[in-house]
Amino acid sequence: MPVETAVRPVRILVAKVGLDGHDRGVKVVARALRDAGYEVIYTGLRQTPEMVVDAALQEDAQVIGLSIHSGAHMTLFPAVVQELKRRKATDIVVFGGGIIPEDDIAALKKKGVAELFTPGTPLQDIVDWLRKRFPKGA
Amino acid sequence: MKVRARDPKEAWKEEFESGPTRDDGIETSTISGIPLKPLYTTADLPRREEEMPGSYPYTRGIHPGGYRGRLWTMRQFSGFATAEETNKRYKYLLANGQTGLSVAFDMPTLMGQDSDAPTSRGEIGHCGVAIDSLADMETLFEGIPLGEITTSMTINSPAAILLCMYIAVAEKQGVPASALGGTLQNDILKEFIAQKEFIFPPEPSMRLVVDSIEYCAKEVPKWNTISISGYHIREAGSTAAQELAFTLADGMAYVDACIERGMRIDDFASRLSFFFDAHIDFFEEIAKFRAARRIWARWMRERYGAQDERSLKLRFHTQTAGVSLTAQQPELNIARTALEALAAVLGGTQSLHTNAMDEVLALPTDKSSRLALRTQQLLAYETGVANTIDPLGGSYFVEALTDEMERQAEVYFKRIEELGGVIPAIEASFFQKEIADAAFIYQQELEQKRRLMVGVNEFTVDDEEPMEILRIDPKLEGEQVARVREVRRTRDNARCSKSLADLRKAAEGTENLMPYILESVRAYATEGEIMNTLIDVFGIYTEKAVI
Repeated sequence: MPVETAVRPVRILVAKVGLDGHDRGVKVVARALRDAGYEVIYTGLRQTPEMVVDAALQEDAQVIGLSIHSGAHMTLFPAVVQELKRRKATDIVVFGGGIIPEDDIAALKKKGVAELFTPGTPLQDIVDWLRKRFPKGA
Repeated sequence: MKVRARDPKEAWKEEFESGPTRDDGIETSTISGIPLKPLYTTADLPRREEEMPGSYPYTRGIHPGGYRGRLWTMRQFSGFATAEETNKRYKYLLANGQTGLSVAFDMPTLMGQDSDAPTSRGEIGHCGVAIDSLADMETLFEGIPLGEITTSMTINSPAAILLCMYIAVAEKQGVPASALGGTLQNDILKEFIAQKEFIFPPEPSMRLVVDSIEYCAKEVPKWNTISISGYHIREAGSTAAQELAFTLADGMAYVDACIERGMRIDDFASRLSFFFDAHIDFFEEIAKFRAARRIWARWMRERYGAQDERSLKLRFHTQTAGVSLTAQQPELNIARTALEALAAVLGGTQSLHTNAMDEVLALPTDKSSRLALRTQQLLAYETGVANTIDPLGGSYFVEALTDEMERQAEVYFKRIEELGGVIPAIEASFFQKEIADAAFIYQQELEQKRRLMVGVNEFTVDDEEPMEILRIDPKLEGEQVARVREVRRTRDNARCSKSLADLRKAAEGTENLMPYILESVRAYATEGEIMNTLIDVFGIYTEKAVI
C-alpha cells in the first residue's frame, strides 16, 4: 500500500459554465487529469457561477477548471472569481479553457483567473501547470 | 531473366515489401482508425451491378446530371450581434455571390430564452444573432425577398418557433408559406447525443419535431423540415463511421415517429435532409458521403417501403470541420478548408459552408468570411472538379472504403437496435460514451505524435502575429435587452396572453402545436415566453454527467 505519502490528491472541479453545451474539450481534459492522478469532479452542463462555487465548496475542491466555447468567457469567468471572493474562498484556484482570443487572456488574468488554455494545448501542458502550482499534490 | 511470367500484383508486392518504409511513427490508418492498405487494385472492387448517378442506390449522386445540371448552393452560416448587424452581413454576402442564407443564432436564442433572462448575461450576440421576437426577425430579413431566396436556420429545441417567425415575416412581405424554401435544423436527437442544446425531455421534443414535419407537409411543402445532422456528432469527437451511423439512425428514428403519427412515408420523406461534416481525412470523407446515400436509399426502400423516388434520395449540406482548424498559424486553415471543401464536392454535396480561417478564434470578420466564400467559387469555377459526375466512382480505393463505411454503419445500427432504439440508447449514454472515447483516443494520438496537426504538435513557430478578429460590442447586450422590453410594452398584450394560454392548452392535449405557436409569434410573444409556456407542460431534461 502506498502509505508513505499522506498527501491527499488535489481535487479539481471541472465545469461547463453558461449556456454552451460543447463538452468535448472539458471531457477530454477531465479524463487526462484523472489519468494524471488528480481527483476530478465534473459538474455537467449549464452551471451558473453560483452553482459552480457551491459545488466546489461542497466537494472541497482546491481548483476549478472552467470551459466555455460560446464567447461568454469575459462575463462568466470573472463572475466565478467574484463569487469565490463573496464566499471568502479565494484560496481556490480558477483556470479556464476554450475559444479565448489572446487579448482576453491578459484581461482575464488581471481579473483573477490563474491560467487559460486555448485550442491545441497539449494535455501535458495543463498537467505540468497543475504540478507546478501544487507541487505536493498528485 | 524471366520477366513475363510474373503476376504484376505479386511483383509489386515483392518490390513494395523489399523497399524502404517510412519510420516516422505516423499512423497510416484513416483519422478514424480504419486500417488502410498501401495499394488497392481490381481485387478490391466490389462485385455489383454498375451504379449510375441519379439511379438507385444513388451512391454516385442523386442527380443524373451531377454538378453539370446545377452547382451546389454556397451557403455560409452567419449571424452575430444584433439582427441589424447580421442583416448587413447577409446583404454583403449576397452581393458577393453567395446563393443562399444560413442563420446562426446566439446561445440564448438556441436555448429558448430571452435576452433579459438572467442566464443570458454575457452570451448575447456572441456566437450568433440575438432573436427574441418577431420584431427582431423582421429586422433580420429587412430588404431580403423571402420568396426568392432559400434560408437555412440552425435551431433545434425552439425550432418550431423560429420557423413560425420566418413564416410570419414572409406573410408581412406578402409571400405565402407555400412559396417558402429553406431548411430548419430541427434535429433534437443529435442535441441529446452531441451538441447538448436540449431543453424538453426526448418525448415532447420528438412531438414538436413531428408537429413541424406534419404541418410543413401541408402548409410549407417546399421547406426541408429537418436537417438530420452528423456535423455536431463529428465535431464532438466521433469517428467518420460513428457520424454516418448515428446520423442515419437518427433519421430512421424520425421516420418511425412520423409513421407512428399516421403519416405516409412518401408524404414526408422527400423533405428530410441531412448535414455532414467534411473532416480533414480526404478519402474517408468522400467514402462516407457516398455510403450515406446508398444506405439511406436501401433502408427507405426496403424497410419503409418508400415508392416515390424522391423519398430515397439523401440530400445533404456539408460544413468543413471546425475542429480541424488551429489557433496556431491560422492562415493554414484556408488550406485545410479548401481540401475539406473539395472532399465535400467530390462526395456530391448539395450545399456547402466553408469555414473562415479565424473561426477558431472568434466569429469571422467581413474579410475572412468573403475569403471562405471565394474558396468555394474557386473550386466551382477554376479547378474543373465540377465538370465530371462522381469522378472518383470506380476508384479501387474509394469504392472499397465506401463499402467499409457502410459495413461499419450497419454494425452500429444493430447495436442501437439491441439497446432498444435511439432514445433508449441516449438515456443509457451509449452515444455520448462512444463519442467521448473516440475523442480521447484521437487526443492521445496527437499527444504521442502518432498523428500530426501542422502548427500544433509539429512545425510550430514561436512568435505569431496576432490576427484581427471580430469583436462584439459589449453595449449591444443592454440595447437588445431594451429592445425585447420595448416589444413587450408596445404589443397587444391581451392578444398575446390569450395566444399563450391557447398554446398551453393545446400542449396539454395532442393537437399539432404549429398553428398555436404561429399565432403566438404573430402576437409578438417572445421566444422565451413561448418556450416557458411549453416548459410548464413538458418539463426540462437534464443529462447524466459522464466523463
